[in-house]
Amino acid sequence: MGGIRTAGDLVARLQLNRGMRIDAAKKYVAEKLGVSVLDLGDTIVMSEVREELDIGRVSETPAVAKGIDAKFRIAELLDLKINCVNMFMERVGIRSYQAFD
Amino acid sequence: MGKILTRMGDGSRVAMTTAEIQQDLEAGSQDAAERANVPPLVDDEIKYLLDLYKNKDRVVGVEEGKECCLTYDNMTSKIKRAHIPISKIQQLVLFERGLGADTLELTHIDYSFKQCKHVVQYEKPNMEQAVLQTIAPIFYGSMPNLGLYSVPDGPVANPGDMLPQGKIEESKEAFEQMAEYAIKDMVYVGSELYEKAGADGINFDTTAAAGDAEFYAALKAAEILHDKYPEMGIEMGMSGEFILGMHSEIEYKGVRLAGLYPQDQVKLAEQAGVTIFGPAINISTNSSLPWNLARSIVFTKACSEAAEIPIHANLGMGVGGVPLTLTPPLDALSRASKAHVELCRLDGL
Repeated sequence: MGGIRTAGDLVARLQLNRGMRIDAAKKYVAEKLGVSVLDLGDTIVMSEVREELDIGRVSETPAVAKGIDAKFRIAELLDLKINCVNMFMERVGIRSYQAFD
Repeated sequence: MGKILTRMGDGSRVAMTTAEIQQDLEAGSQDAAERANVPPLVDDEIKYLLDLYKNKDRVVGVEEGKECCLTYDNMTSKIKRAHIPISKIQQLVLFERGLGADTLELTHIDYSFKQCKHVVQYEKPNMEQAVLQTIAPIFYGSMPNLGLYSVPDGPVANPGDMLPQGKIEESKEAFEQMAEYAIKDMVYVGSELYEKAGADGINFDTTAAAGDAEFYAALKAAEILHDKYPEMGIEMGMSGEFILGMHSEIEYKGVRLAGLYPQDQVKLAEQAGVTIFGPAINISTNSSLPWNLARSIVFTKACSEAAEIPIHANLGMGVGGVPLTLTPPLDALSRASKAHVELCRLDGL
């Protein structure tokens, strides 16, 4: 699909962690992001959406999410458990990324 | 009418008439249908494939909206094979940010769980650092590779030596011992990378290359890992369309594994807790690509229709209608990808 250029990484998470088939996974992600299913594969739309939500994108600018920070937001956004995010929170001693507020 | 330029299963160019291509498409479809006892391609599907070969575009792609996710095998060896001296973590970032990969896969250059076991303490810090720097989901991947557990590479008597001597029972026992060793290694490596290093999932690649006992070992390892970590992503990619009966009687959940085709393999994978299944359909190098592609699609379509979990068909060197060559030609690779995704309603490749 294009990975973080589009919404490929998000759809893939639903496939590998929940065993969702492609149509269901795309619909789920589109609803959570507030875009159409067709938008998920559009690099222009998704670049803007990803920047707005701060969930990581290819063209990096300073002070935007680039790794684990993006995955904290993705976990919340998709209502999905991400293993490394949980591990990070456990090691740091926080319950969610909002605990930084 | 002029001939259409396509390729043989080994990648060499061949010029065929429209009638010859149609004949090969029908023959390949029929071959798979008879072997797996599944429906052959219908007339519209044959026409779709024929049009794909008539199309003179060098590269083709799926219709907008039908994009699917890609998973990989041996990802961090691909760059190393090209002798580009960058670290495995740099390779993952390159795949994510440079190549738009939907998923990532960390692995050891010696792509077998038995070998990964020896370096797992060095793989975990790589995974720990990789998950901090990347956004796409990351698998840790490797092959069950049952062959490494028999003499001279492993501790078990080699069934390949015993079978020609007529030692059938001894060979079966050897396969069962090898499977137990393999299960232990796969569960150990999978647990370490998931529980202690933050991987999103584990990838069993080229499963059942050594036959039914290896398929059993991978299913059992998946089952144990799924029970331990219900949220863990588990991908199982196969090595061929047919489970070789090297043991011949080994069963998983009451089903004899020898002789299973993809539409039955995936049902057992689902029961084991696998979340993504990858059927692999081997290439016949001395048959044309139209024959191979039609054949692959019949097997894969039946698998996709039977599945409840995502299907990521194996398309690459020598599988899924892609020529058996180290440098797969784009015309062949893109046609095989488009046709599989659109005709089999695939979730990924």
